Amino acid sequence: MENNARNQVLAAVERQMPANKTAYPEMPDFPRLKTDLLIAFENRVKDAGGEVFRPADAAAAQALLASQHAQAKVICSATPEITGNRDIHAVKDPHDLADVDVGVIRARLGVAENGMVWLTEEDLEVNALGFLSQHLVILLSPQAVVGDMYDAYLRIHLEDTAYGCFMMGPSATADIGAVLVHGAQGARSLSVYLLA
Amino acid sequence: MGDEKRVDVAAHAAAFLAQDDVHEPMHDKNLWSARMKRDAAARAVPEWETLRQLASQIKEHTLTHLYNYLLEFESNATKRGAKIYWARDAAEHNQHVWDILREKNISSIIKSKSMLQEECGMTAFLENRGITVTESDLGERIQQLDDQPPSHIVMPAIHKTPEDVAQLFARTIGTDPRNTDPHYLTEAMRNDARRRFLEAGAGMTGANFAIAETGSFVVCTNEGNADIGASVPPVHIASIGIEKLLPKVKDLGIFIRLLSRSALGTLATQYTSHFSGPRKGGELHIILTDNGRSKRLGMPDFWTSLKCIRCGACMNTCPVYRRSGGLAYGATYSGPIGIILDPTFDESKYSELPYHSSLCGSCTEVCPVKINISDQIMQWRKVMAAKKHLPVSRRLAFGAAGKIFEHPQLFRSAETMASGAIRFTPDFLLYNRVLNPWGRHRELPHFAGQTFREWYLQYRAKNNEHGEQRP
Amino acid sequence: MRVGLFIPCYIDAIYPEAGIATLELLERFGVEVVYPLNQTCCGQPMANEGDQQHSAAAEQLFVDNFREFDYIVGPAGSCVKHVKLHLDAIPQSPDVLHVRERTYELVEFLHDILKAEAFPWAYFRYKVGLHNSCSSIRGLGIALPSETMGTPFNKTARLLQMVEGLELVPIDRPDECCGFGGTFCVTDEAVSASMGIDKVHDYMRHDAEFVVSPDMSCLMHQQGIARKAGIHLKFLHVAQVLNGGPF
Repeated sequence: MENNARNQVLAAVERQMPANKTAYPEMPDFPRLKTDLLIAFENRVKDAGGEVFRPADAAAAQALLASQHAQAKVICSATPEITGNRDIHAVKDPHDLADVDVGVIRARLGVAENGMVWLTEEDLEVNALGFLSQHLVILLSPQAVVGDMYDAYLRIHLEDTAYGCFMMGPSATADIGAVLVHGAQGARSLSVYLLA
Repeated sequence: MGDEKRVDVAAHAAAFLAQDDVHEPMHDKNLWSARMKRDAAARAVPEWETLRQLASQIKEHTLTHLYNYLLEFESNATKRGAKIYWARDAAEHNQHVWDILREKNISSIIKSKSMLQEECGMTAFLENRGITVTESDLGERIQQLDDQPPSHIVMPAIHKTPEDVAQLFARTIGTDPRNTDPHYLTEAMRNDARRRFLEAGAGMTGANFAIAETGSFVVCTNEGNADIGASVPPVHIASIGIEKLLPKVKDLGIFIRLLSRSALGTLATQYTSHFSGPRKGGELHIILTDNGRSKRLGMPDFWTSLKCIRCGACMNTCPVYRRSGGLAYGATYSGPIGIILDPTFDESKYSELPYHSSLCGSCTEVCPVKINISDQIMQWRKVMAAKKHLPVSRRLAFGAAGKIFEHPQLFRSAETMASGAIRFTPDFLLYNRVLNPWGRHRELPHFAGQTFREWYLQYRAKNNEHGEQRP
Repeated sequence: MRVGLFIPCYIDAIYPEAGIATLELLERFGVEVVYPLNQTCCGQPMANEGDQQHSAAAEQLFVDNFREFDYIVGPAGSCVKHVKLHLDAIPQSPDVLHVRERTYELVEFLHDILKAEAFPWAYFRYKVGLHNSCSSIRGLGIALPSETMGTPFNKTARLLQMVEGLELVPIDRPDECCGFGGTFCVTDEAVSASMGIDKVHDYMRHDAEFVVSPDMSCLMHQQGIARKAGIHLKFLHVAQVLNGGPF
């Protein structure tokens, strides 16, 4: 029966496809962002409700984290530069991350066009870290900012990871009265630490 | 099919307008504001019109080669470890979901927004079988708690005021009924949903795009709710309409740039998530669903409606939708895109929808994949008229008008038939008196003492070469 | 150049002055204008309902009346749009195709064919709100629709700005539909009326004294709304302003 459904859907599609075929278009070379990518990236992160910091080194980043999230009880870091108090490698089940106050992840790249950061399953260690954490701190190398989504999609490799997310600031909604509220379901805040 | 009662969208819209002085003005204002933000976002992209053209062409290319792309997607997704199911219709889609849940003894699921799952009536189906289904998108959850379908593709509860939501949440999750602050209400739902995410045995999502080249699919949300559903419970089930395919990863550069700018005027959704096979320690089930799509693909006038990426821009811009509320359409899809999609599911039930349009054409211009929505609305009217779905009074009225316009002499005598102050009512009124509500909100036009034709005959028609042929 | 003057039925009966202004204006540009007396309707009202069967005869009569002209010009965006884009209930003979290709809305004709650069006979010292009719803009392309990105242009506004004294006032939603929509205004009257009153209020917020449009059918609806609501706004066809009357 399973096969029957497959074959019938495919047969119907084959039969019904318009005879007049449309060619795959040539992609033009679009105008590229001419401004400073890093400054554009910073501004777009802020537009999306996030914050950007430039700690001098890993120690400064660690101190910044401590001051930014002084109340945090559980900090879980998936990146070696930052030390938390919950070992991500010991997490066997995503549910174990339900009480994380701050999740720390190193992103592979940022996008100047919109302030997105690219996080893969390999960066998150456990995907849920990116979504159950109340707050997120994202480390990003200032050299890893690309111009726009065309560039971004040339740089990521979906064939290498089961999960990848372009994250643009914290969780947001405007579902009640069209009023923007951050922290709908995912992170309440997102800070990007520019750190090589 | 066709035995369900015809949806009287005009009457529902009139009721939406008449309920009070708050809902419709707010609805109109919020959606117009989304349209304005969309304009600003589009204006900031110099290649905007080129992007629309490319997106349209990529979609048309994919649809005209859909058979191969479906096979490519299936093969690549399977290689990545996803389990693929095929569903011919809604019932088969729902059965697959039920089978997966039953096999794993799952009694509670959390789902993100999926128009396909709406289309399939999946939630009711599963609830009837004892499954607890929780919508995780805030707007969808509001609608679920109020036992209503979504009224907008991307803003499901946009027809409700914060006061409405405060009353609803007070009744259902115990918030303070006097507190209408969206921050407070959102926070209350966050806390209520959190435990449901943690208890769920499976997370369900839809897909905005599916990529043949890698067997991946992309889900876009602002709340991150789809990602929680996909990353916390051990099982992820994705419902994907077969029209969602795109050939290549790089196509996403175009579509992601268009989608949220068109929908809400934002540069992208907060989360653009790419699933290529199951996550570490999890399972991924993909249900490729037809449910009328292959049939639509074979409709010469309507197949390009399959290009739709569900951004909702046509709804935001539609002056009729903004004043009607999405629920007035009585269908899964509302607004301009609903008018052209819904009749493919049930021609008779949705036969009035194509008339719920002033044919202003704004939907066509705003559509990021250049669907000729307005032309298709007109085309659906032709289908409805030809198949006699029109109400009889309307058929007779326009039939009579047609007769009059066919014969100049009849037209003249209708025009000059003196009757009190009204010598002549415009064609569409004169022959439509049964339905004529012109006067409720409008004064009748003042009729001229002399028609243009009379003036012309008196002052201009000296050489009678084009003179009237008198009977 | 011989031009067949197409006067839609509602202009004939309700707004003859718009028809007279159109005729006089074209003649000022040295055009030979003929008004075929057997014209009735282009078939739009029936076609608008999707009723191909009943629009066919009206469409055939329209073609018979106008096939002999170099151009057919009508002061009505929506009727011209029907002829150009949707007159397809009858077989597309060479006559039909000729008529469809050569039919112009007045503003388009003045702007693109006659290339009007001045209206020295006109004088209009009022604040004017321009109603960009949907058919004229999105159907016929006489202005860049607000949805479309590109260099803005508006042929109606450009012509009106040549009139001495006339001040165009901007409005909040310049090409939002007013809710006329042909048969829509009666079959969907609640929504139609709501759109109309919003439109009228938009002009009022910006102190317009007159509303001017290339499509009188939209104005007929808006005028009805304004009168019923006791709003003192005056409505004119663009031809009346460009011709300096009759008002």
